[in-house]
Amino acid sequence: MSAVRTFIEHYNYVITILLMMAGLYIVVARGNMVKKLVGLSIFQTSVYLLYIEPGKILGATAPILDPAFKVYSNPLPHVLILTAIVVGIATVALGLALVVRINEAYGTVEEDEIFERDRDA
Amino acid sequence: MSAVASSEALIVLAILLPFVGALLIPLFRHHPNLRETVTLVTAALLCFVVFSLLEPVLAGARPEVHVLDVAQGLTLAFKVEPLGMLFALVASTLWIVNSIYSIGYMRANKEPRQTGFYVCFAIALGSTIGIAFAKNLFTLFLCYEALTIATYPLVVHNANAEAFRAGRVYLMLLLGTSLVLFLPAIVATWVIAGTLDFTPGGILAGKAGPAVTGILLALFVFGIGKAAVMPLHFWLPAAMVAPTPVSALLHAVAVVKAGVFTLLKVVVLIFGVDTLSALGQSGWLTAVAGATIVIASVVALKQDNLKRRLAYSTVSQLSYIVLGAAILAPISVAGAAIYIAAHAVSKITLFFAAGSIYTASHLTEVSQLDGIGRRMPWTMGAFAIGALGMIGIPPTANFLGKWFILGGAMQTANWLAVSIIIVSTVLNAAYFLPIVYRAFFCAPAAHAHDYGEAPWPIVLALTMTASATILMFVWPDIPFALAKLLSDR
Amino acid sequence: MSAVRSQLPILQVLVPLLGAVLVAFLRRGTSAFALTLVVSWILPFVAGAMLLQVLATGPISYALGGWAPPIGIEYRVDVLNAMVLMLVSTVGAVIMPFAYRSVAFELDDSKEAWFYSMYLLCLAGLLGVAVTGDAFNAFVFLEISSLSTYVLIAMGPDRRALLSAFQYLIMGTIGATFYVIGVGFLYVLTGSLNMVDIAARLATVGPDQGQAVLTALAFITVGLSLKLALFPLHAWLPNAYTYAPSWATAFLAATATKVAIYLLVRYYFSIFGVAIDIRSLPIGDFIVGLSIAAMLVASFVAVFETNLKRMLAYSSVAQIGYITLGIGLANQAGLTGGLVHIVNHALMKAALFLAVGAMFYRAYTVELKDLAGIGRKMPLTTAAFTIAGFGLVGTPGTAGFISKWYLAVGALDKGWWLLVFLIVGSSLIALVYVGRVLEVVWLREPSVEIAKVRDPPLSMMAPLIVLTIATIYFGFDTEWTAGVASTAAKSLLGGLR
Repeated sequence: MSAVRTFIEHYNYVITILLMMAGLYIVVARGNMVKKLVGLSIFQTSVYLLYIEPGKILGATAPILDPAFKVYSNPLPHVLILTAIVVGIATVALGLALVVRINEAYGTVEEDEIFERDRDA
Repeated sequence: MSAVASSEALIVLAILLPFVGALLIPLFRHHPNLRETVTLVTAALLCFVVFSLLEPVLAGARPEVHVLDVAQGLTLAFKVEPLGMLFALVASTLWIVNSIYSIGYMRANKEPRQTGFYVCFAIALGSTIGIAFAKNLFTLFLCYEALTIATYPLVVHNANAEAFRAGRVYLMLLLGTSLVLFLPAIVATWVIAGTLDFTPGGILAGKAGPAVTGILLALFVFGIGKAAVMPLHFWLPAAMVAPTPVSALLHAVAVVKAGVFTLLKVVVLIFGVDTLSALGQSGWLTAVAGATIVIASVVALKQDNLKRRLAYSTVSQLSYIVLGAAILAPISVAGAAIYIAAHAVSKITLFFAAGSIYTASHLTEVSQLDGIGRRMPWTMGAFAIGALGMIGIPPTANFLGKWFILGGAMQTANWLAVSIIIVSTVLNAAYFLPIVYRAFFCAPAAHAHDYGEAPWPIVLALTMTASATILMFVWPDIPFALAKLLSDR
Repeated sequence: MSAVRSQLPILQVLVPLLGAVLVAFLRRGTSAFALTLVVSWILPFVAGAMLLQVLATGPISYALGGWAPPIGIEYRVDVLNAMVLMLVSTVGAVIMPFAYRSVAFELDDSKEAWFYSMYLLCLAGLLGVAVTGDAFNAFVFLEISSLSTYVLIAMGPDRRALLSAFQYLIMGTIGATFYVIGVGFLYVLTGSLNMVDIAARLATVGPDQGQAVLTALAFITVGLSLKLALFPLHAWLPNAYTYAPSWATAFLAATATKVAIYLLVRYYFSIFGVAIDIRSLPIGDFIVGLSIAAMLVASFVAVFETNLKRMLAYSSVAQIGYITLGIGLANQAGLTGGLVHIVNHALMKAALFLAVGAMFYRAYTVELKDLAGIGRKMPLTTAAFTIAGFGLVGTPGTAGFISKWYLAVGALDKGWWLLVFLIVGSSLIALVYVGRVLEVVWLREPSVEIAKVRDPPLSMMAPLIVLTIATIYFGFDTEWTAGVASTAAKSLLGGLR
């Protein structure tokens, strides 16, 4: 019973972990390079959540100083994740650029077909 | 003060001279006569420098040079002590003779890549002198590996498939054993003793238990592959594909003697004879050395190729020296030291003779040598003297060494060692005397083509070493004095 | 002068970063090269000045933008990262002249400037990782260097370079994400991202949160292991090194993995080691086990490779095993051996890859069988390869011996006899793969194509010779390699709980 309770109370972490696993699974299991990048992106997104969730304090407000409020949420995770998003976008952009070039060079973006073509060559 | 300073300078000079020679030789690659002059002058200078160190050493001085501290525990330093002095004397003297011989051999056989040959030779000699004068295990190890690497090109000199195969065996066995067994032994010595310096009485006394000492000794014995203790002897017969001057100086003198020399030094100056005999951890070494002596002799009996027979003979004879160390009596250690010098001179004679036969007649097999003594009296005469040396009977210097080793074995009541020496003497006679008999008393084969003696530098060289074998018996003062210093400590 | 002096840590990153931007505006390869050369040659002086300062007066702390740590980002330089900064910037500077002809030969004219721009960006990232004292900042720099590395690799002449870059991108990003997850745990636990601060606060974390600390350690270790190619997470490395442009391979092999190793050492000893009793955890033994596997398995694979670059790549995996072995041993001699091998391996591997790059420049191939007899035609290049190769084997008189000596002493200090034999056994396998190459390049008869080649021009020869001489020099004079590594190891181990 308490396990279920813990589970429900931390549902946000459960979602994070599910996303994490789903993303990683796609990266490993899919041979299509675009799908791999999608998986990678999901994987990274889960980390954004991981950072932002603990920053939120229930009943707290945005960190703008005002005499009316005493409790503020932590703003730092947002800043960090903004940076991480930039890194993530750069990664996916570069990855897609590589996929385009691979498609030009090999005529496919399926990994097993590419290996086959390299073996034939 | 100035005497000390000059001895230091002499040590540095002795080690650098061959390397300077190696740098100069390529400059004269288009002038063979000048090039060979460089080799000879370098060899003569080296011999002179080494001999000028002899007097202070005999007088009791132990000149040393500290070059640099590499890292904690690793110091590059040289120190002249009696055993190293003896080894350096043998190597540098025989380099001159061997250079004369090489000139005759390489030119008569029109060998390719002669410049590279002389360069590698000089580097090998420099490394050998470094081994002889090393003050500690690190310096010795450095020079030991340099010697292996410098001699590798000489082994594969003929550049055919057989030479490559032999080269591979050579490099893997010598570098391999030294990296896998010798190096861990050195590391362990450092960790246990906190020093790597060769010290009279040893540095491990009271610091390592019997089991650790036994393991360490095994690591050293098999790690020093150049000593060719069975079953790590394969590289030596394989290396016989090299031109004969290489087999003569390097694989009968410099390389293999570096091996047994190192082993002797480790036993006497790292472990300490007394420590080892107190711990009783060297019985197996007597057995291994004995087995090597007997088995290698038996194998030598069956070899028809002259150089291979000589190679197995070397394997067998080297273990006399190991045996001398394993007996752990001061007098047998002294005998082993004398044997290093005596075997060097007589074995080089035998190789010179083999090369002489090849140069003159292109014969390589024992069975082809019927009646050759009549065509090549000088060569075969020298061969006979060398063979007597191998058997160890007077008037050859080897007799003296063997006598002392035997004396040590009797002293310590090591009857196994005594019987090994007696049995092997018979075996030595069995594989050398038939060659002499064939050469002088069998009729030559009818279809044999006509040939005479080899070119004069070859004959000159082998006459010199054959005379030295006998002269060292008559005047053994220098080796005796040095060996005595060693056992007195 | 003192104004510059106090700004050294930021200059280390800023100079290459600005350089990268400027070079990106250039169109001509020659001018891009010239600017890159200038930038590369400034950096060792910056790093050297910091190293001297650190050795004389202790760690430097630099508050980025004037925001005091632990709130602001701190650049913190102690002996360990001063050594890494010195290594990365010096290797970059030394091998730079080689790039001029090699890059022009292997890349289209239009791409040259981009190549140099990416290189400087990568350099900025690597130096940034080494200089920063902030966990998240390290992630950003790690990704700056990684992203530019993917581009550098993708610029390789073969189409398989694209594929290798993509695979590396996937693996590298997973590694970086694991790392950032671990940092996230640390942040949640301590509320800080400053490394020194994390260590201090982590020590006061309650025992009920020990599990979270271990999870953070696990994520960071795995993430960084991917980046540094610890066996069996090395799968990206052989292809990446094989198909990248020759010069880029030399640079990356010498520096990229080394910086990731530095970061691992930092976390292991300066953060977790300070906070928890790391030596009671099985992680040290775990790293030792994987390192041994790397040393043996990767070396063994290298024996059967016919492509020289791929062979050297596997050798890199094995040699990284030596470094991580020192980390796992975690005693004075062992850690010194691991740290000094960071430097020694960088020098030797850079020399080897440059030699192979020079062969490719002349002979258009790195397949061993096509390089038969090249030693007679390119004697200097092949001699450099030979010496650096013996360094890999660890023969005495080369830098490689020093590393192995310390590692072996470290293993024996722990009483691990068997490990000593595994270390030297790996050297033996190295002897096989190096010896195999040497036999072919020196002793075989040159083919018709090979008969036409000769040693490369001076601009390529000079870096190669400098690195080769360094390989020998640091086998004898170890004050600036083992000496510094030993100081670093001492302070790292001294801080352990």
